[in-house]
Amino acid sequence: MTIATTTELICFLVLSAVVVIGALGVVLLSNIVYSAFLLGGVFTAVAGLYLLLNASFVAMAQILVYVGAINVLILFAIMLVNKREDLKAIANLTTRRAVSAGVCAGLLALLVRVVVTTPWSLPGPPAVGEEATARIGEHLFTDYLLPFEVASVLLLMAMIGAIVLARRDVLATDVVTGEVADQGLIEKARTPLLMNRAE
Amino acid sequence: MSDFLATLPSLQAYLLVAAMLFCIGVWGLINSRNAVRVLMSIELMLNAVNINLMAFSSFVDGDLIRGQVFAVFVITVAAAEAAVGLAILLSLYRNRVTVDMEQFNLLRW
Repeated sequence: MTIATTTELICFLVLSAVVVIGALGVVLLSNIVYSAFLLGGVFTAVAGLYLLLNASFVAMAQILVYVGAINVLILFAIMLVNKREDLKAIANLTTRRAVSAGVCAGLLALLVRVVVTTPWSLPGPPAVGEEATARIGEHLFTDYLLPFEVASVLLLMAMIGAIVLARRDVLATDVVTGEVADQGLIEKARTPLLMNRAE
Repeated sequence: MSDFLATLPSLQAYLLVAAMLFCIGVWGLINSRNAVRVLMSIELMLNAVNINLMAFSSFVDGDLIRGQVFAVFVITVAAAEAAVGLAILLSLYRNRVTVDMEQFNLLRW
């Protein structure tokens, strides 16, 4: 074993441990703010796994999009809706958790069996290594051009959809007449409409 | 055991890590009562899929790396999904004043 492979092995084991233990913390911790920060750690460790696979571009995209955008968005959402509420007790909660844990363990056993028993066609063709970024650019502008353009339309639609869903459209003045809008309507728009259904 | 360690990090090792991450995400998706944690679990599952794609692209498809292109697209869709999901969550919180998944029964018959 050379020192390079040993270093790679140690990096892989540490990153895998961070991914799995961090994911368990995300799911199991009771404080959701800790969960959100651990989620950032998991995303960073996954980016490290990508670096081990010689994929520097995707690792940087992972850091930028997941840690820089999605994780921050989740933290903002937590701060906007963070209210200590006493959750209503559910009957048989422990049983439900145990049964779903059993189902997930079964799924894991199935996946592990598939991974171990399938004869993968290894080793594949020689890896391109550091040329990966240029190769991704070639793919995006030749044979994956249509999905690339559709992705831009998807992002635009998601942006408009998020704005439409999250904004509170109460106008201070009437658009047509220019007069001050009915204050009662504004007050009514600020009260939750569906509260009574919850009882 | 040392023989297995010597072959690491192999394709199978990456796939096993991804499988564990995916199953943790499924468990969290089913059992979380906080709606934000449900979105986090979905992100975990998407990351597991991405690890699979990247491992296959590196070990099986080393010269064309189509898996990396797929991973970039998955990251794009995940970003769009997170934005829309959190917007839905905000408007839902505005109407129900709770993030408890058990209270979101608007679409139940």
